[in-house]
Amino acid sequence: MHELSICQSIIDLLSEQAAIAKFDRVVRVRLEIGCLAGVEPQALMFGFDVSARGTVADGAALEIIDLPAKAWCFDCDRTVDIETRGADCPLCSGGRLRVTGGDELRVKDLEVV
Amino acid sequence: MCATCGCGPEVAFKVGESGKASASASGDHAHHHHGHHHGADGSLDYSSGSAGHHVDGVSQKRLVEVEADILSKNNRLAEGNRQRLEAMAVLALNLVSSPGSGKTTLLVETIRRMSANGIAVIEGDQQTSNDADRIRATGAPAIQINTGKGCHLDAAMVGHAIDHLHLEERGVLFIENVGNLVCPAAFDLGEDSKVAILSVTEGEDKPLKYPHMFAAASVMLLNKVDLAPYVDFDMDACEANARRINPNIEVIRISAKSGDGMAAWLDWIEQRRKAVAHKAIEMAKARLEHLIVASGAA
Repeated sequence: MHELSICQSIIDLLSEQAAIAKFDRVVRVRLEIGCLAGVEPQALMFGFDVSARGTVADGAALEIIDLPAKAWCFDCDRTVDIETRGADCPLCSGGRLRVTGGDELRVKDLEVV
Repeated sequence: MCATCGCGPEVAFKVGESGKASASASGDHAHHHHGHHHGADGSLDYSSGSAGHHVDGVSQKRLVEVEADILSKNNRLAEGNRQRLEAMAVLALNLVSSPGSGKTTLLVETIRRMSANGIAVIEGDQQTSNDADRIRATGAPAIQINTGKGCHLDAAMVGHAIDHLHLEERGVLFIENVGNLVCPAAFDLGEDSKVAILSVTEGEDKPLKYPHMFAAASVMLLNKVDLAPYVDFDMDACEANARRINPNIEVIRISAKSGDGMAAWLDWIEQRRKAVAHKAIEMAKARLEHLIVASGAA
């Protein structure tokens, strides 16, 4: 349940942004989360509502943009989309893949007032 | 619930209320996060949304591009830890596993065989100082971090512990993380390598079940191999599973109890220790050259 720590990090980031970009309240937060980031969106949603109480993000809506995982297939000699670690290549069904992306955990943008 | 995005009535009502968009919490609210178009310049266009109209109050909103890593603060602190450790040529190893894999016993045996020279330990557990007490009995300094409800150590906790530990140059810092194969994978502590420990009393498919941890680890210690004849555990299958998740992972079969594999493990530590020392020397040389050039003494 490290989602709560992650929520706290998001709130810290939003509070820093409030001082830098001069806003009072966050209405909406968009996150980009890679499907290999090891984060459960449902737990994140729940944790965010709780963590946001009494902060600049109190009541803000959380939107999660899922990013696909990418891997390099040594047999196909190209980048392919995968859904889990340890998955076979969707093109050749081979297992010689190196994961190259999908662990992103980013705040993309905010809607503020 | 809103049919467009699945947001709950509570959230919808709060946002709607603030933006005077709608007094209704029935799902008929002027849609708060899909009701506008994001321009390439970061502008918000409320007229081109599905509702096709502008809502009073909403136009006061603005978009702030952040594009920031959520764990950037932890990563920053971890990088600070890493620089401190590297400058002292201290090899830091982050030991991760499920509870009960034999981490502490393995650590005690490792320290005993290394004669406790230059070794320090950070012990992470939710409660009790039992593990730190076991380590201190070997003669190595240890600090216990109790995370309370927390399920992992983070870089701030480790940085604080480093402040209070007397680290020796070219020493080894073992960080025994909270027994948990999920959460510690996401938090960089500033270590040189993650060491995953898996015992043969667990399942050989654990690398597949908890892939993030095994993807992040440099080496997997397959522990309690002295028990292998008594349990239904396929060590070859386990290694294959780990390599499927992480083709670069090194695997050492080991038993803290019988001593099997301990030499290979100590050798692995020594190799990393040399690599860290080499890097520290190169960094110091570069710094010295920089100072000589900067002072015009060259």
